Amino acid sequence: MALLQIAEPGLSAAPHQRKLAVGIDLGTTNSLVATVRSGQAETLGDGNKQHLLPSVVKYAADSVIVGEQAKHDASLDPTNTIVSVKRFLGRSLSDIRRSYPDLPYDFDESNPNSPLLNVVGRQVNPVEVSSEILIALRLRAEQSLGEELSGAVVTVPAYFDDAQRQGTKDAAQLAGLKVLRLLNEPTAAAIAYGLDSAQEGVIAVYDLGGGTFDISILRLSKGVFEVLATGGDSALGGDDFDHAIVTYFRQQLGLEGTLSKRLHRVLLDKAKFAKESLSDEDSVTVEFTDDEQNERSLSLSRAAFEELIAGLVKNTLRACRRALKDSELEKDEVLEVVMVGGSTRVPCVREQVGAFFGRDPLTSIDPDKVVAIGASIQADILVGNKPDGEMLLLDVLPLSLGLETMGGLVEKVIHRNTTIPVAKAQEFTTFKDGQTAMMIHVLQGERELVDDCRSLAKFTLHGIPPMAAGAAHIRVTFQVDADGLLNVMAMEKSSGVQAEIQVKPSYGLDESQISDMLKASMQNATGDMQARMLKEQQVEAARVHEALQAALNADGAELLSAAEIETIQASLAVLDTAGKNDDIDAIKKAISAADAASQIFAEKRMDHSIKKALAGHTVDSI
Amino acid sequence: MNYFALFNLTPSFEIDKAGLAATYQQLQKLTHPDKFATASERDKLIALQKNAQVNDGYQVLKTPLSRAEHMLELRGVELQHEQKTMQDGAFLMQQMEWREQLDDAQHADDPLSALESLDEDVAADIKRLLSELGALLEQSDDESNENAANLVRKLKFLFKLRHEIELKEDALSDF
Repeated sequence: MALLQIAEPGLSAAPHQRKLAVGIDLGTTNSLVATVRSGQAETLGDGNKQHLLPSVVKYAADSVIVGEQAKHDASLDPTNTIVSVKRFLGRSLSDIRRSYPDLPYDFDESNPNSPLLNVVGRQVNPVEVSSEILIALRLRAEQSLGEELSGAVVTVPAYFDDAQRQGTKDAAQLAGLKVLRLLNEPTAAAIAYGLDSAQEGVIAVYDLGGGTFDISILRLSKGVFEVLATGGDSALGGDDFDHAIVTYFRQQLGLEGTLSKRLHRVLLDKAKFAKESLSDEDSVTVEFTDDEQNERSLSLSRAAFEELIAGLVKNTLRACRRALKDSELEKDEVLEVVMVGGSTRVPCVREQVGAFFGRDPLTSIDPDKVVAIGASIQADILVGNKPDGEMLLLDVLPLSLGLETMGGLVEKVIHRNTTIPVAKAQEFTTFKDGQTAMMIHVLQGERELVDDCRSLAKFTLHGIPPMAAGAAHIRVTFQVDADGLLNVMAMEKSSGVQAEIQVKPSYGLDESQISDMLKASMQNATGDMQARMLKEQQVEAARVHEALQAALNADGAELLSAAEIETIQASLAVLDTAGKNDDIDAIKKAISAADAASQIFAEKRMDHSIKKALAGHTVDSI
Repeated sequence: MNYFALFNLTPSFEIDKAGLAATYQQLQKLTHPDKFATASERDKLIALQKNAQVNDGYQVLKTPLSRAEHMLELRGVELQHEQKTMQDGAFLMQQMEWREQLDDAQHADDPLSALESLDEDVAADIKRLLSELGALLEQSDDESNENAANLVRKLKFLFKLRHEIELKEDALSDF
């Protein structure tokens, strides 16, 4: 729901008026916000001109601190300072424990599917923590732009599954952002470069961040960005370079056994420093005090460093090769290689990626900012600031979706790298006489066994009429939208009796949780929620009224009978009256009624616009 | 859903690939949900459903085998891939022979080139059957349709075999 699109009732923004939209890179380590101003995409800084906002949230007794200060305090108050919360989005408690055994946080054990953290004075979930970061970015944008935002494009890693994407979207809604689109990070980077150079051809986006690696193969053609394939490794990044250096230090200096926490931290900091220095220097010397209070020092040459990370870089190239294969392309068909993520500043990474693809990678845009910049360009288009813009972004499903079948196996319904939006149906049948219910288990992943895939949702379809085994026809439909978010419907159709259910991922939050959180956040904020909701509905009513009236004027006479037009006009009259009063439920009802009255008209208009456009196309080509 | 109609095409096995891709892009611009980012929820849903059909239609029409299946489906021919047993003895013999070659390839002196040569044989057979399929689909009598359906089933075997060859190649190569 558009929390921020508030105008006086009946006074929607004039169509030519420029709307404010931002792109947000919600990163594991750092986050950024960018916008397009005077035709130029740029990231926005805070009061101290800092653009990178550390993704760290500190909960104090009566306040929440986000960013640099929270990061600074992390070691002083680790339990109440949540670092890299992105790793927890859409994850169960056991997933988190398995991947990160040494976290300093106090998790509530009572709710394993939707983890809660105990922080000072309250409990928070990863969606709420993420929303604090997004609120900080929203406020930064509103302060520097001087207006409320119309919408935002938020980026996610290409490898994020359904639950993680849903968690990101929920966090953005909770932060009061209207989400125009979730966008894959590598795709956003390609947009940042693509619009500048307006090229056509195949582009590889190599994204090596602190903790993750993504490779995407995109095709750019006539303004259409098509993602051909994605791949990568969710546990490989620049942090691994640091760890490799620490291991080297320990071997060289004979630091065996368990190190103190302090020394481990110091070594990691020194490793990071060495890595960054070696981008410009041939050799670096680090000094530190060990646990026995001895002064130690060691130098590391660039050649030795490159040897340490050679295996890691090779792993990234292996993923590049697989992604090329998935997109049925050869290396020499790749026109440009875009570098994203701070770790691509390492010269040997640039060299090896360049050697692999046989061309110099693009590095002219700051690799830390390129994703946010691309997202802001997309946001500017989606919010309608470029009505004649030809650019359209096609995306693919990152991981296959399937259902559990007999014997704990997964049957894939939609394969990964399928262009989205997509809808696919599969039919199943009962296997016992008189069976009246069927369990439907939705999974995501590439492996064959249920236990190796991510469980997204489990639900039971009840009310199947009793009949012989194999006689019922259960049709399960998967629908994935442009954000990569899934809806599943199941229906028994052989008897004419239909049952239908919609599910949300089991690791996401359900609608009531989201609306409770929204209510709580608005009660904390100043302002009257009731009044805000009323205005919102009135604006929505005016928008629906205006759009439908315009559609009737344009196509009504051609597509509808006089009686049909009259029915729609009647619903518009009701909507008009309701929109001028202050009964929220009555406005909602009037909107639904107008939607229902014009459903067939809207479908006809869509088909009509297609026929008209394609007829023109045929004439053109003759 | 008749995807040929959606793409403004006359049903045919021979297809202008560039024209299909151009129509696909045009349909994307008309139906993609991004074009409805600020529209009402209802209009967004209509766009989503139409765009999903456009995407599925493009996949079906782009690939010769699924295009043939779609043509047969529109003609009311049941394919029933799994249920129907293959009657053609010579075809089955050839399959068994190729599968043995696939299993033996990893023990060959040069496993990769053994796989490549097998892949070439299978690819040549696919090409031959696809051109037969095209000729059959130009007819529309029951017998031609039934023969075309048989060819579709055979081609499924062959595509599956090629996929397995690819997996073996992946496992053998350096990366």
